[in-house]
Amino acid sequence: MKKTFIFFTIATISLVSCKKEDPKPMDLSAPFKAQAKETYTKIAWAVYEDSYLTAVTLKSKVDAFVANPTAQGLEEAKQAWLDAREPYGQSEVFRFTDGPIDVDPGYEGYINSWPLDESFIDYVQGNPTSGIINDLVNFPVIDKATLINQNQNGSETNIATGYHAIEFLLWGQDFSASGPGNRNFLDFKDGGGTATNEDRRRAYLSVCTELLVDMLEAVKDQWDPNGSGNYRANFLTLSDDAFLQKIFGQTAVLSHNELAGERLYVAYENGNQEDEQSCFSDNTHRDIILDAQGIQNLIEGNYKRVDGSIVSGTSLYHVIALSFSDDATSIKTMIDGSVTLAESIPAPFDQAIINQDASILSTVHNLQDQGEKLVTIAAKFNITITL
Amino acid sequence: MRRSIILYLFSISFLCVQCKKDSFVISPYKAQSIYSGGQNGTVIDESGNAFGLQVNGLGAQEKLDFFVGNSFFNQNWVQSPSSTTARDGLGPMYNARSCSGCHFKDGRGRPPQYDGEKGTGLLLRLSISGQNAVGGPNPSFNYGDQLEDQGILGVPREGDYTIQYAEMPGQYPDGTPYSLRKPIYTVSNLSYGAFESDIMISPRVAPQMIGLGLLEAISKSDILAHVDENDGDGDGISGRANYVWDPKNQTTDLGRFGWKANVPGIYQQVCGAFLGDMGITTWLFPDENCTGIQSDCSMAANGGVPEIELSNLEPVVLYSQTLGVPAKRNADDPDVIFGESLLTTLQCTKCHVAQYTTGIHSVSALSNQVIFPYTDLLLHDMGNELADNRPDFLANGNEWRTAPLWGIGLIPTVNNHSFLLHDGRARSIEEAILWHGGEAENSRNLFMKLNAKERNQVLKFLRSF
Repeated sequence: MKKTFIFFTIATISLVSCKKEDPKPMDLSAPFKAQAKETYTKIAWAVYEDSYLTAVTLKSKVDAFVANPTAQGLEEAKQAWLDAREPYGQSEVFRFTDGPIDVDPGYEGYINSWPLDESFIDYVQGNPTSGIINDLVNFPVIDKATLINQNQNGSETNIATGYHAIEFLLWGQDFSASGPGNRNFLDFKDGGGTATNEDRRRAYLSVCTELLVDMLEAVKDQWDPNGSGNYRANFLTLSDDAFLQKIFGQTAVLSHNELAGERLYVAYENGNQEDEQSCFSDNTHRDIILDAQGIQNLIEGNYKRVDGSIVSGTSLYHVIALSFSDDATSIKTMIDGSVTLAESIPAPFDQAIINQDASILSTVHNLQDQGEKLVTIAAKFNITITL
Repeated sequence: MRRSIILYLFSISFLCVQCKKDSFVISPYKAQSIYSGGQNGTVIDESGNAFGLQVNGLGAQEKLDFFVGNSFFNQNWVQSPSSTTARDGLGPMYNARSCSGCHFKDGRGRPPQYDGEKGTGLLLRLSISGQNAVGGPNPSFNYGDQLEDQGILGVPREGDYTIQYAEMPGQYPDGTPYSLRKPIYTVSNLSYGAFESDIMISPRVAPQMIGLGLLEAISKSDILAHVDENDGDGDGISGRANYVWDPKNQTTDLGRFGWKANVPGIYQQVCGAFLGDMGITTWLFPDENCTGIQSDCSMAANGGVPEIELSNLEPVVLYSQTLGVPAKRNADDPDVIFGESLLTTLQCTKCHVAQYTTGIHSVSALSNQVIFPYTDLLLHDMGNELADNRPDFLANGNEWRTAPLWGIGLIPTVNNHSFLLHDGRARSIEEAILWHGGEAENSRNLFMKLNAKERNQVLKFLRSF
């Protein structure tokens, strides 16, 4: 009886202690987690600084083009836009975790909003006088304040600024099966004869690009290693668990929900030619690859900057490998595979959608498995991720 | 003795396993009740995304369709013509550009914070005296049944409104002061002539989207079991079913969604919101939302007929049915446990009926779930102070449907506000309780007579949802 009593007591004590916290052995992986956190901030800074710098280059090309609209100038601006998308696409892995890109005032909405309200901006097929550019009565002046006000007018997401607004102004609508939109540079040249309000179109393009630079600068500054009191500084003080919660969460959500679900499957299911993010330039295939690559960069701790230099370090992959080497191997195989599969989707993406190309579904399934695997691994670290 | 030890051991190991998996350790009784949405319908998340997660147990295709629905729920609609033909056709007049404009993060809308702030999730329903051909509200001749406060370029919006609040101070029997704010609406800048003299205006806020499919899965007989139209049991609480026109099945059916239980199902609600709130036509409502004198509206380009295709519409319906209910939090807190018992003492649970077992639903994951929505889905007279004085099918101007309580504790986390009731006039759960009149007046008075500690326990319990 006494024994029983003792047993009950022990059992109860262990129950209580179980309730409070499991007894923890020393966490040998702690230094690795701290290093991985550091690497995370380095990659974030590098990829956002690259996004900012390439946007500055885009702005200089746009400035040159609006000062003297030529066919050559338009091509150079387009190339600068395509170049600017390369780092930005790889930065999207830093979404979905209440980071600087998503929090108030919601920079992402100003920077990368989609779909775009084309006829709210400029003329479109079927409506030659539509848009702010052609509406001198309601919008006598086109400046930053005009565009910001319009963006806040209506919904929580925005419609008249960002990469895709610039893309629309540079390329125009895409009605071609084989190539992108083909706006004539004369749309921007006074008396060009292809469209009216050339001066206002120049102003819109110029202001819109300047806003993009402003917004990217604000996001970038939050990750600046020399900044004080910014997001990066706070991020480095996160507990190991809070850090793992973020990195597992954002990579799983981007893999499983955003990229596999919203970007790929929705477009595939729709079979609608322009249900794609970069529909004017036919650059959506790069958006997809770059998203997948962003996940790879962050988890494997390796980002190749626009200038060719490498930012690398201890990463989540290493943290996983320390405790669960099989899982580390399999998630790496999946992630590398997802980039390869994304690269296998034939360009342009709009035609792959219409042709219901099987590579799209393979990529979807791989990314879904990848997201679910990340959730499973996270659970082994006592981190709950809900997709 | 040995047997009981083994049993004890077994239960301990069970609990410890639970404890390892999950942060809360709880007795079997409460383990069930934290699952507000049942085994499948509950999601474990208390972050800003807590209302945006799919229920468990969906089939592979349903899981994919959920994302299609999510996409069409969240992304803005754009004005036509546009390159993105699957997503154009906004308006010509509208209240919001996307579902998520009002149900931000699948959560709850709020009144504008300043004059002219738009798309925050409050709209004004309109009607004049009489009924339409199917027994519903009789629309205004020039404005239809809803004031659309935005238009695409070239189409004037119907008008604007402003809200002024009158503070109504009061105090509890123990002397603690409070203040309620009563909204006064002023409509201005009407573009299509004056309102009829008998115009009736009913403000409605967009509620959180969680658990809707589970509510749809409650069997009719379980809902009707709480009807007590003539107060046969003499408790001062009636409970009336609204019977409404079902345009999809071309019949009259039990209403269970909307602030006045004026819509029979989620499919119909989704199609109604597409047309009324965003100006997007569906197969069910194929005509643009323009009245006879709104010629700019009628002549504006549309985004196809219908503007959202069936293959995109049905996933939005599925999405709206399958957003999970966040698990209850702080279930072990003694205050929360006392608060729960007080809710019964105050007779709140006569209308906010706690528990159901769902019947069969076309989404099989939603079937046979033990759920805790705290609603009877029936109409109750809530008193003159809350009345909109606008009938909606069988609902009279004083009646509102009992709102489900799940999720209300997380609205501040998800939506950064705590505005409640049909027009967001209550700034907190406490104010919402104090607005309860009519059939709920007795419960409100009992709440007011509690001491401060007990009132706090009630509020803590309500915030644990």
